Amino acid sequence: MQAIAHRRELKQRLKRNKWLYVMILPGIVYFLIFKYAPMYGLIISFQDFKPYTGIAHSDWVGLEHFKRLFTEPDFWRILSNTLILFAMNLAFFFPVPIILAMMLNEVRLSAFKRTIQTIVYIPHFMSWVIIVSIGYVMLTMDGGIINELLVYFGHEPINFLLNSHWFRPMYIYQVIWREAGWGTIIYLAAIASIDPQLYEAARMDGAGRFRQIWHITLPALRSVIIVLLILKIGDVLELGFEHVYLLLNSMNRDVAEIIDTYVYTAALKQGQFSYSAAIGFFKSVIGLVLVIAANKLAKKMGEEGVY
Amino acid sequence: MVEDRSFGGRLFSIVNYALLGIIALVSFLPFVHVIAGSFTTGAELAVKKFVLIPTVWSFDAYRFIFSTNAIFRAMLVSVLVTLIGTAFSMLISSMMAYGLARRDLDGRRFIMFAVVFTMLFNGGLIPTFLVVKELGLVDQYAALVLPIAVNAFNMIILKNFFQNIPDGLEESAKIDGCSDWGILFRIVLPLSLPALATISLFYAVTYWNTYLNAILYLDSSSKWPIQVLLRQIVVLASGFEFGSSLDNEVPPPDQSVKMAVIVVATVPILLVYPFLQKHFAKGALLGSIKG
Repeated sequence: MQAIAHRRELKQRLKRNKWLYVMILPGIVYFLIFKYAPMYGLIISFQDFKPYTGIAHSDWVGLEHFKRLFTEPDFWRILSNTLILFAMNLAFFFPVPIILAMMLNEVRLSAFKRTIQTIVYIPHFMSWVIIVSIGYVMLTMDGGIINELLVYFGHEPINFLLNSHWFRPMYIYQVIWREAGWGTIIYLAAIASIDPQLYEAARMDGAGRFRQIWHITLPALRSVIIVLLILKIGDVLELGFEHVYLLLNSMNRDVAEIIDTYVYTAALKQGQFSYSAAIGFFKSVIGLVLVIAANKLAKKMGEEGVY
Repeated sequence: MVEDRSFGGRLFSIVNYALLGIIALVSFLPFVHVIAGSFTTGAELAVKKFVLIPTVWSFDAYRFIFSTNAIFRAMLVSVLVTLIGTAFSMLISSMMAYGLARRDLDGRRFIMFAVVFTMLFNGGLIPTFLVVKELGLVDQYAALVLPIAVNAFNMIILKNFFQNIPDGLEESAKIDGCSDWGILFRIVLPLSLPALATISLFYAVTYWNTYLNAILYLDSSSKWPIQVLLRQIVVLASGFEFGSSLDNEVPPPDQSVKMAVIVVATVPILLVYPFLQKHFAKGALLGSIKG
């Protein structure tokens, strides 16, 4: 009896909320078509997919593309390029917004603080095309200001744009330039919720500015830092296709080719749809596994985790 | 807070202010350099190299880039895609966000899970490309809008914001005979203007900055948005990697012309930035990173 009453209640609720379902319908259709259909489309990585035959009629080849992937010498180079960029991101980019937020927090002149914030947020809203283009006009051998300065100070000009050695520093510098300021927002919000009395008390006990940062600000940021770190690790292979693609050229390909750019070239320039879908699949799975692992680890360490 | 007046405290402050000043300068000077360079004559730039304020203001570079239709057309494409895309995204996102914000909606947990899952796992570039192709969107402007119409993160921010509106308001509206549509458009949305402004601007910036989808889905260069054209002019027309670029009759643009194109592509964002800035720093985003 109870089950029937329960069902009737549900039916009534569904009827009463019918317009709410109409409201969420377009959004759901969007996610089904542009997020879930591509997930289904990943089955082409087990096929010998031809655009004109379609998924239904393409031949099944099992794990062949994955086997090819792991025996391809190119693949290991690309994987290591990807991992190196990721490691550099963690080491050189990740701490910058934290440090910057703590520096901003120590500023007492609110007008100064606001001005600095306004300026360092700006690059975040610029497209990668703009960031890379500005980098290009400044670094080119062809009258770029940086090389002119090098020559002015008696140094040989450096071909930053075409030299493999300069790709990684250039990449990481541009990432910091574009995202470090914006990254502070979340830390500043966390800092704002710290009880000012903690600082007062610390000062009474004779703690200087560094001691206050070390013993109050940093511990307060701990859980935010861990959450962002987990999200970052989940993005291990998402290094910004656009950014790398824009910096990539035939001269720095040996260090600049990453999984995403390789997928793009293999599929759209060479028509190897199934093979490149397999690479993309591999990448997505690694990302998912890493985020779950990082989350588990965080929970073991007594933190909340992301979900 | 009490100011720390010890010697160490003051030294700390001075160093901190100086470092922040330098950081801001380093992050802003490239823009100044490019803007100034775009108004400098090629001759002055060639002699002086580092121009912060040009001695002679010249509009030659702008005259040159606007001498053909290409830039106008690309700007028009970008403006239209941005306006239409933003309106479309906001409509769908806020409807979905409101539905999911209502606690009495059956299935909302499952739908939320399905949305969050797309942030952790996706089909990737090629399967998405094939879906867009199947839908017949290749070489259509709609391909710049539909595949990114709803951003899961933005939708969740809106949902969290709507959830914080006191239930009492909706209850009393309902007692007065207001429908769900009425509640959304006459109560919830007007009360959420700061959030709507922020999210609209996030969407607008995304549409304005569209590059990847344009090169993936648009075949004809006459449909290019400004970002693709910018890339084409600054990098590809200038010495390395010839091939798909501009016709050979056009001379490779010199520095100030490239800078002018960068400025043209940047200005719309700098125009909306002050409005954007008012809202986003309020920490309204903090609660949302956890989904």
